[in-house]
Amino acid sequence: MYVAVKGGETAIAHSLDLLADKRRGDRGVAELTLEQIGQQLGLAVDRVMTEGSCYDRSLAALAIKQARGDLIEAIFLLRAYRTTLPRFGDSLPLDTGAMVAERRISSTFKDVPGGQVLGPTYDYTHRLLDFSLAADGERPAAPTAPADTNRTLPRVGDILEREGMLEPPPQGLQSDGASEDLTRQPLTLPASRPVRLQNLARGDEGFLLALGYSTQRGYGNNHPFVGEIRYGHVPVAFVPEELGFAIEIAEIDVTECEMVNQFAGSHDVPPQFTRGYGLAFGHSERKAMSMALVDRALRAEELSESATSPAQDEEFVLAHSDNVEASGFVQHLKLPHYVDFQSELVVVRALRAEVEARHRQAALDQAAE
Amino acid sequence: MPLSSSADAPAPARRQRWLSVLAKAPASRLTALWDGLGAVPAYTLLRRPETGLVMVKGRISGSGAPFAAGEMTATRAAVRLASGEVGIGYVGGRSARHAEIAAAIDALSQRSDWRDRLEAEIVAPLEAEADARRRTIAARAAATKVDFFTVAREAGS
Repeated sequence: MYVAVKGGETAIAHSLDLLADKRRGDRGVAELTLEQIGQQLGLAVDRVMTEGSCYDRSLAALAIKQARGDLIEAIFLLRAYRTTLPRFGDSLPLDTGAMVAERRISSTFKDVPGGQVLGPTYDYTHRLLDFSLAADGERPAAPTAPADTNRTLPRVGDILEREGMLEPPPQGLQSDGASEDLTRQPLTLPASRPVRLQNLARGDEGFLLALGYSTQRGYGNNHPFVGEIRYGHVPVAFVPEELGFAIEIAEIDVTECEMVNQFAGSHDVPPQFTRGYGLAFGHSERKAMSMALVDRALRAEELSESATSPAQDEEFVLAHSDNVEASGFVQHLKLPHYVDFQSELVVVRALRAEVEARHRQAALDQAAE
Repeated sequence: MPLSSSADAPAPARRQRWLSVLAKAPASRLTALWDGLGAVPAYTLLRRPETGLVMVKGRISGSGAPFAAGEMTATRAAVRLASGEVGIGYVGGRSARHAEIAAAIDALSQRSDWRDRLEAEIVAPLEAEADARRRTIAARAAATKVDFFTVAREAGS
């Protein structure tokens, strides 16, 4: 239990000054600009926007600068800022099929229509430190090749779905009206799939990565294949109440992952593959893949699988995925717990005294025999 | 795609296209083109630029039921010309100037004496630039397109 304390104002003020000083570092080194963070630490910005659950590149860059690169602290800052803003409404659902893709791969079909487009990826790097980056110097522009911008890339899932090989995704009720939203209503269990996906989309990448990994190692395995990963730009459409028709208010970058998983069938339904889905802001591939693995694992009950592993336990996963909540509760242990601890000291001292008294009495009794 | 006649399209369709082009343009570029117009009719702010959040929806597996994927910042503004036309601007991000200029152009676009000039000097160029950006992205991505070969195992191995 935490009991409020007073005092320490000067020490706290000086600690904040010291923090600001450490943030700036050696004054002989040029200060970072938000543009530099946005341009050159783009994947950090993407993670902060995804888990901060707020798409705004310059705000995320500011949060990263303020947090000195501590991304979980930056996510906290972004989450705190968003609470100061009014909500204009919901967008229309993104059409990721119309994405201007920078990357699109499938590990289920070699000859996927539209082709395998690697885009910017670390997959084929050797993970050797590149010391040339330690020196200044211009980099050549990336090569180009002829492209047809009028063609969109068909979704791998849709192709399999048309053949009946893949379960169709659940169709929702009307998207307008009161849709479920964790920023408006608290989490209640059992949670619907849309609520689970919102929770996972905001969830900590490390937590979801470990859970996804655990399913691969046998704790709730569901034999995943990457049906498709795509990353690129999609417009966001919104219907302003003053206009009554949809306009596109921005183009945002998102990463989408569709996992194709272990098939299921029954007496009535012939066997077909099942799916898990991941969607993240920016280029956040590890996050989108982990999300898709965990989304599928959480469907154990729905698909009549035995749910025996952590990744299949809805309450365990959804209640512990948020790194702002987790970090807050873990770090609150640093706050003064003096009174609480004093009371425990008293208890332990009393218990110890009791035990010692018993031992003394036992020794006396033995001596007396 | 820019159509020379699209400035004459029915009002909602034209406003929809214009507002989308204006919102997706870089704020700095829109500001430069707006400033390049020179003198424009005066307007008053019906709604001062206000920044808020839009909840971005996704769909399960891209085509299923919607879910709340995460929010984004957006800024809106509304203006009224002295001649009475009301313009609305909604743009992603936090630029008050971006939203206000979009609203002003939306208002002016309802005046036949301004429509063609705005189409030629602002909307069509911004649309062409957006197209060029899209083409560059696609061309750079196309250079990374691969063919994987499944290597057949040799007999006996």
